[in-house]
Amino acid sequence: MAMLEVENVHAYYGKIHALKDISLNIDKGEIVTLIGANGAGKSSTLKTMSGLLRPRQGSVRLEGEDLTALRAHEIVTRGVIQVPEGRRIFGQLTVMENLDMGAFTCRDKQQIKTNIDKVFILFPRLQERRRQVAGTLSGGEQQMLAMGRALMANPQVLLLDEPSMGLAPVLVDSIFDTIRRLHKEGTTILLVEQNARMALQVASRGYVIQTGVVVLSDSAENLQKNEMVRKAYMGEN
Amino acid sequence: MTQTRSLWEHGVKTGIIGGVAVLVIALVGMVESFHRRDIIAEVITMGQVLLLIGGVFIGYIAAKRTGSDESLAPGLNAVIGSSVTGGFLAFLVIVGRLINLRAVLVNASPMLYKLLTLGHKGVAGIFIILLIGMGCGVFAAALFYLPRLTRRVIILSLSSMIIAGVLQDLIRPVIAAWGPVAVVSEWLFTGNGLTVSGSISIVILIAVVMTAWALKGQDIKSGYGNLSGGSQRGIKISAFFMLAVVLLALPHILGLFLSEVLTIVGLYVLLGLGLNIVVGYAGMLDLGYVAFFAIGSYVTAVLTSPELGFFSLTFWQALPFAVVLGIFFGVLLGIPVLKMRGDYLAIATLGFGEIIRILVLSDFLRPWLGGAQGAGKIPKAAIMGYQFITPQQIYYLILAGCILVVFISLRLKGSRLGRAWMAMREDEDVAQAMGINLVATKLLAFATGAGFSALSGAIFASKLGSVYPHSFNVIISINILCLIIVGGMGSIPGVIVGAAALVGLPELLREFAEYRLLVYGAALVAMMILRPEGLWPEVRHKMELHAEEENNIGEPEPSTAT
Repeated sequence: MAMLEVENVHAYYGKIHALKDISLNIDKGEIVTLIGANGAGKSSTLKTMSGLLRPRQGSVRLEGEDLTALRAHEIVTRGVIQVPEGRRIFGQLTVMENLDMGAFTCRDKQQIKTNIDKVFILFPRLQERRRQVAGTLSGGEQQMLAMGRALMANPQVLLLDEPSMGLAPVLVDSIFDTIRRLHKEGTTILLVEQNARMALQVASRGYVIQTGVVVLSDSAENLQKNEMVRKAYMGEN
Repeated sequence: MTQTRSLWEHGVKTGIIGGVAVLVIALVGMVESFHRRDIIAEVITMGQVLLLIGGVFIGYIAAKRTGSDESLAPGLNAVIGSSVTGGFLAFLVIVGRLINLRAVLVNASPMLYKLLTLGHKGVAGIFIILLIGMGCGVFAAALFYLPRLTRRVIILSLSSMIIAGVLQDLIRPVIAAWGPVAVVSEWLFTGNGLTVSGSISIVILIAVVMTAWALKGQDIKSGYGNLSGGSQRGIKISAFFMLAVVLLALPHILGLFLSEVLTIVGLYVLLGLGLNIVVGYAGMLDLGYVAFFAIGSYVTAVLTSPELGFFSLTFWQALPFAVVLGIFFGVLLGIPVLKMRGDYLAIATLGFGEIIRILVLSDFLRPWLGGAQGAGKIPKAAIMGYQFITPQQIYYLILAGCILVVFISLRLKGSRLGRAWMAMREDEDVAQAMGINLVATKLLAFATGAGFSALSGAIFASKLGSVYPHSFNVIISINILCLIIVGGMGSIPGVIVGAAALVGLPELLREFAEYRLLVYGAALVAMMILRPEGLWPEVRHKMELHAEEENNIGEPEPSTAT
C-alpha cells in the first residue's frame, strides 16, 4: 500500500489554477522524483503535501489518514517533513540552534540527542561548524544544514525541494550521495528536481509535470530512456 | 589620480561634510543657546565645547579614512579636515558681517559671530576661527598617532569632565545632600560650571583610574577566571546584592527630581520590554503599541476613579483587570493582522493605535471615559498602609514592575516559545514547516507585549492620578521603537540602556528641549551607521553584523565523530 497518496488535487494561487488534477503516490522506503520545468507545479505539489498550500479539491493521505484538513504545523507531527527550496535555513541562528529548531515538535531530550548524533555522522562538516552562525556557511553546507534540520524531526516522508539548486557539481554529487544513504537507511523520499539526470539515477520511479498536469509517470529506468524526457529535461537532441 | 591628490582628498571631503554639519548646528541656534551654560566657569561654555568636539571629531575621521601608507598623511588630512570646517564658520562670519542674514536665518545673530570669533573684530576674528580649526586638527592628529590606550584615556577623561559640566545641576544637589561630602561640591562647582581646579582634578582622577584598570584589569580578569567555581559564584552573588542595594537606595541618593526622571525611564523600560517581545523576539513591527498603554491606563481609571463614578476599586484590585484587558485587546488586534507582514503589519497596527486614541477622545465614549478632559482622582497604590505618592515612593512600584517583567522576558527568551518566536522572526514559512503553530505563536507575542504595556499604563495612571487622551499619542509608540533600536533589538539590557539614553537624557537636559528631536534624529542616523546592532546588543546580532571581525566564533572545534 502506498505510504503517501495525492489524489486528484487542484490548487490555486488566487485565480491561477496551479495544479490541475494531480495524483501520485509514494511507497514506503521508496525514492520518487518529480521532474518538470520552472513553474510546472513541482513545488506547489510539494506544498500541498506539507500543508503550506491548501488544495481546493482532492486529498493528500498519509497511511490512510487525510492530511488535507490539517494545518502545516500539525502535518509536521505526522512525520511529513519538507526541506524547502533555496535551503532557507535560519541565517541568524547557529548551526546547533537550527538543528534544535528542526526538532521543535520533539519534546524528548534523549531523542533529540540521538538525532543530532545521527545528523553529525551524516554531515561531519556540520559538527565542525556547530557554533557558527548559519548565514555564514557556504551554499553546500547550508543545504546540508537544511537537510539535517529536517532529519531532526524524525521524518516518515522527506520532501526535498530542489536540493541541488545553485550548488557546484561536486557538491551536487555529495548531496545525492546523502540522499542514497538516507534511502538505504529506509527513509521514504519525494525528490523534486530540475536536474532530471541526477534525480532519475537515484529514484525508483518518477513523475513528469507540465503546467500543473502529470503528463508521464513510469519507472526511473524507462523515463531515462524516454525520448521526450531526454529531450526536454536532460538536454539531449 | 595622482598620489598628491589622493593624499588631500579625504581631508577636504570630510572637512566639507563637517563644515556643513557645523554650519547647521550654528544656524539652528544650538551653539548660541548652549553658550549660556558654562562647562568650566568663565573659561569655556557648552556651545564652544560642542564646536570643538565637532572640529576634533572631523579631524579624527579624516585621519582615519586616509588609509595611506605614508605616515604623515593621516595627520595632514586631520589638520586639513578641521581647517576646512573652520573655514566654513569663518565664511559664515564674513558673509554675515557683510549681509544681514537674519531675515532668513533667525539665528545668524551678531551674538553668534562674537561667540565664534571670541569677541575679536575684523580680520583678527577670522584668523582666530581658522586657527582654532587648525588647532582642533592638530589635536585630532595627535590623538590619531597616540597609542590606543593613551588615546582612550584622554578621550574618556575629557568627556567625563564635559559630562560632569553638562550635568552639573544634577550632580551638585546629589553631592550636597551627603553632609560632610558637600565640601567637594563647593570645590568642584561654581554657580555656573566647574571650577578650574575641579575640572582638572576630574580629568586626572579619571585618567588615573582608567590607566590603572588598563594595566591591571587583565590581571584582575584572569585572576577572576582562575578562582574556583564557588568563589566566582560568591563574587557574582555579592555583586548582585550590591546592585540590589544600589537600586533600593537610589531614590534617596538622587533626590526628588532625579527620582521622577527614573520613574519615567522605568515606565519606558516596561513599555520597551513589552514591545521588545513583539518586535525584537517575534519580529513583528507594531506601531500601535501605545494603544495597550492607553488601555491599561483607562481601565485603571474607570475602575478606580470616583470622578467617573462607576467603581471605586483600589489600585491593586484594578491592576489585574487592566493587564487582562490589555492582553485581551492584544489578541483582538492580533487576529485580523495574523497574515500581515512587514510594512502592512506596521500600517495596520498604526491604525489600531489611532483608533484607540480617537475612541478615548470621542464624545461617544465621553460618559464612560471622560473625553478630552480625561479622568482624574485616580487613587495612589498602597501596600499595607505604605502609599506610593511621591516619585521616590512610586520608584519602588515601578522597580518591582521592571524586575518582574525583566524576569519574565529572560525566562521567555530561553523557552520553547522564545525559540518559536525567533524562528518566526527569521522565516515564517519555514517556522511553520518546522511544526510551529504560527497563529498561537503570533497571538502569544501580541498578548505578552500588550500585557506588559497595560501594566505600565496602570502604573502610569496611578502615578499621574489622572489620564488624558493626549498622553497616548503615536509619538510614544515611535519613541519606544526607537529606544529598542538604539539599545539593541531583542536585548533586555539594551532596552534599559536605550530608555536611559532616549528618555532619561532628554529629561535631564530639559532646558535644551527645543533641540530634542534634532539630536534624536541625528543620534538615530549616527547609530545606524556606526553601531547598527545597538548600544548593548544581543549577542546574536553582534555576531551577524561583525562576522568578519570576530572570525574566532567560527573556529572549528576538533570533531569527535567522523
